[in-house]
Amino acid sequence: MDNVGLIGAVSIITAGLTIAIGSIAPALGEARAAAQALASIAQQPDEANTITRTLFVSLAMIESTAIYCFVVAMILIFANPFWNRFVATVAER
Amino acid sequence: MQISPDQVIVWSWGPLAVSATIVYTWIVMAVLVLGSCLATRTVSETMRPGRWQNLLEVLVSGMREQIRDVSQHDPGPYLPFVGTLFLFIAASNALAIVPGFTPPTGSLSTTVALALCVFVAVPLYGVIEHGLGGYLAAYLRPNPFMLPFNIIGEISRTVALAVRLYGNVMSGTVIVAILLSIVPFFFPVVMQLLGLLTGLIQAYIFAVLAMVYIASATRTHH
Repeated sequence: MDNVGLIGAVSIITAGLTIAIGSIAPALGEARAAAQALASIAQQPDEANTITRTLFVSLAMIESTAIYCFVVAMILIFANPFWNRFVATVAER
Repeated sequence: MQISPDQVIVWSWGPLAVSATIVYTWIVMAVLVLGSCLATRTVSETMRPGRWQNLLEVLVSGMREQIRDVSQHDPGPYLPFVGTLFLFIAASNALAIVPGFTPPTGSLSTTVALALCVFVAVPLYGVIEHGLGGYLAAYLRPNPFMLPFNIIGEISRTVALAVRLYGNVMSGTVIVAILLSIVPFFFPVVMQLLGLLTGLIQAYIFAVLAMVYIASATRTHH
């Protein structure tokens, strides 16, 4: 396989693996956080406001690991720097 | 496919290039400023305020309440900064449903700029509250060995703040664009609704996290 095909194939496979593996842990973490928050709201309905706000903030922080993986996958597919440089060098020739 | 409005150059003059991000940012700013100007033109202190005044009062008092809940302080000094962050991000994310409008928060440069504002504001509020020495001493807590980790934490949370907002908004626009080419008509609308929800939640989270960081810098240590 020539270099263009190699870079393209590796980028696409890595992008898929990135988002597939990278979304497992945040999903488990968010599920735990949400389950715990629901249990707490059921026990203390008066504190629902505080619990919900804290839940949203912590969900966002947990979710950011998945978002990093997503950004990396998007960069690999749509704005791959190695791909762009290789295409540019080929075009110069 | 464009994953960022940065790459669209609207107008350029020599080395100066105005990208679509700047244009959309100015549109959001104009909407916010003109809207507030028109709404506060006829401010009345009667028992029946106008509907626009009512809207702004609900917004401002809601933000004050949230800031008071998070910081356990008087919201006065924090409202201008945190409230502006929330309003700007919420307005630009909500305007995403207007056809042809790309939210400026979907570009990494805008979100990095907003996160840098927080990065500068946190020590500013801390120094105002505790003085320079008192603020810098907080880096040596709980013991001086934690100094490098405190500094790394300060930088990494700024990066996380920027990338989180960028990733969320950008993923919304990219998913809608991809779906439009696969299943047009109905399904992209549903995803756009979801994007509207996450956009507002992200605006809320950005403001609350900024407030949490400021509160941790201004908290009194005993």
